[in-house]
Amino acid sequence: MIRFDNVSKVYPKQTRPALRDVSLEVEKGEFVFLVGSSGSGKSTFLRLILREERCSHGQVHVLGKDLARLSNWKVPQMRRQLGTVFQDFRLLPNKTVGENVAFAQEVIGKSRGEIRKSVPQVLDLVGLGGKEDRMPGELSGGEQQRVAIARAFVNRPKLLIADEPTGNLDPQTSVGIMKLLDRINRTGTTVVMATHDQNIVDQMRKRVIELEKGRLVRDQARGVYGYQH
Amino acid sequence: MRAQFVLSEIGVGLRRNLTMTFAVIVSVALSLALFGGSLLMSDQVNTMKGYWYDKVNVSIFLCNKSDAESDPNCAKGAVTDDQKKQIKADLDKMDVVQKVTYESQDQAYKHYKEQFGDSPLASSLTPDQMQESYRIKLKDPQKYQVIATAFDGRDGVQSVQDQKGILDNLFGLLNGMNWAARAVMALMLVVALMLIVNTVRVSAFSRRRETGIMRLVGASGFYIQAPFIMEAAVAGLIGGTLACAFLLIARYFIIDHGLALSEKLNLINFIGWDAVLTKLPLILATSLLMPALAAFFALRKYLKV
Repeated sequence: MIRFDNVSKVYPKQTRPALRDVSLEVEKGEFVFLVGSSGSGKSTFLRLILREERCSHGQVHVLGKDLARLSNWKVPQMRRQLGTVFQDFRLLPNKTVGENVAFAQEVIGKSRGEIRKSVPQVLDLVGLGGKEDRMPGELSGGEQQRVAIARAFVNRPKLLIADEPTGNLDPQTSVGIMKLLDRINRTGTTVVMATHDQNIVDQMRKRVIELEKGRLVRDQARGVYGYQH
Repeated sequence: MRAQFVLSEIGVGLRRNLTMTFAVIVSVALSLALFGGSLLMSDQVNTMKGYWYDKVNVSIFLCNKSDAESDPNCAKGAVTDDQKKQIKADLDKMDVVQKVTYESQDQAYKHYKEQFGDSPLASSLTPDQMQESYRIKLKDPQKYQVIATAFDGRDGVQSVQDQKGILDNLFGLLNGMNWAARAVMALMLVVALMLIVNTVRVSAFSRRRETGIMRLVGASGFYIQAPFIMEAAVAGLIGGTLACAFLLIARYFIIDHGLALSEKLNLINFIGWDAVLTKLPLILATSLLMPALAAFFALRKYLKV
């Protein structure tokens, strides 16, 4: 699903690489936590998977494709097979919940009939059935994140990338979100989640990858968050 | 891609930048109106030049029968064949002359018809009212005076005209206006393009959240850019339509009504509606494509896909 071979990333005008010689593999159906302090390279790691950046050295394979060889115009095609969730939800404030979810389908040219069918379905799945016509601003943070997850999942991606999805939420709400991500994972979707949330990582007991100053320092099946920070 | 979705995005975008959109429309309209005006002015000059203007420098008009009655220069009667031969022979001997062409009454009638077409004056004319003439191309156009002294006042010659001298001042004026119009047009065009680039930049910036999300869910580059490009194209097209309307109204009020030059200057042949109408498609196409291209190149810089 994801393979990094000796990947390094140096941003222009910076001497210290954001990632150094990282090699790892994530199999289909896995649930992976990506941990590490701020500036450890987590975001760069995720940006490389989404091909918002290209690596400086090494090779990144996502969904069986070598991203360095993927031409620019094929990138959208690749991204359609990924779902993304962010700490700040990234919902469109002037569109309703239903429209926000439908946006992901309109953009890839799904028919109106399909959209009308799948939007309520996926909103039910994330526990927001019947809130289609609400505006994002009227919802709580947890609910907004559920909308974002619904949008990420509505096209049934093979891989879900989550960048600190619980970073803005209280512990109880976070648990709800994690249950949802776990359920999505059980449908066969691979989940890679960057997080600072110690409790969640410790409770879930999933694979943990730790980055420190751009290096891969730990890759542990059924791991815990690690050192006290 | 669904048309309705794209159209609604365009509407939202144009309304969000209403003042900027307005500025784009006005500048495109002005620059293209000037563009069309300059094209029409060239047309007008060409219409006025007639058949001989670019081909000869001096014309020797010969007396015809009606001149013999009315014109003191022709008091000795219409030109005879001998006189014509003599004139031709003298012209051929002169060094300054490059080429001489004889124009018969019938040819003169034909050229006149071509230039003035169906005007009332033209329809009342008959070929024998036209003058025969020698049309002379000089090696050095400044040497007009040589011909004038040699032939002016000779029997059978009604007048010697420096063809360019008469019209050059007027054409000089028209040409000057034309260049001024083009200069202002170029300036307005630059303004319009800069406004479009800026509008697109503001538009791309104010929608960076949407476009960012579109990228994440895998929208193609074209899909993300299309609303911006079409916004610019729509604004441009509105401007182009205004420019077209302006040209039509301008022709109506300057030539037919209002200023009514066609009545006041009925010896001048003015451009017709067809001249205006044939320019409109060009103006509309320019108004559509130019902003779209400007937006396209602006997006490459300001909208990461």
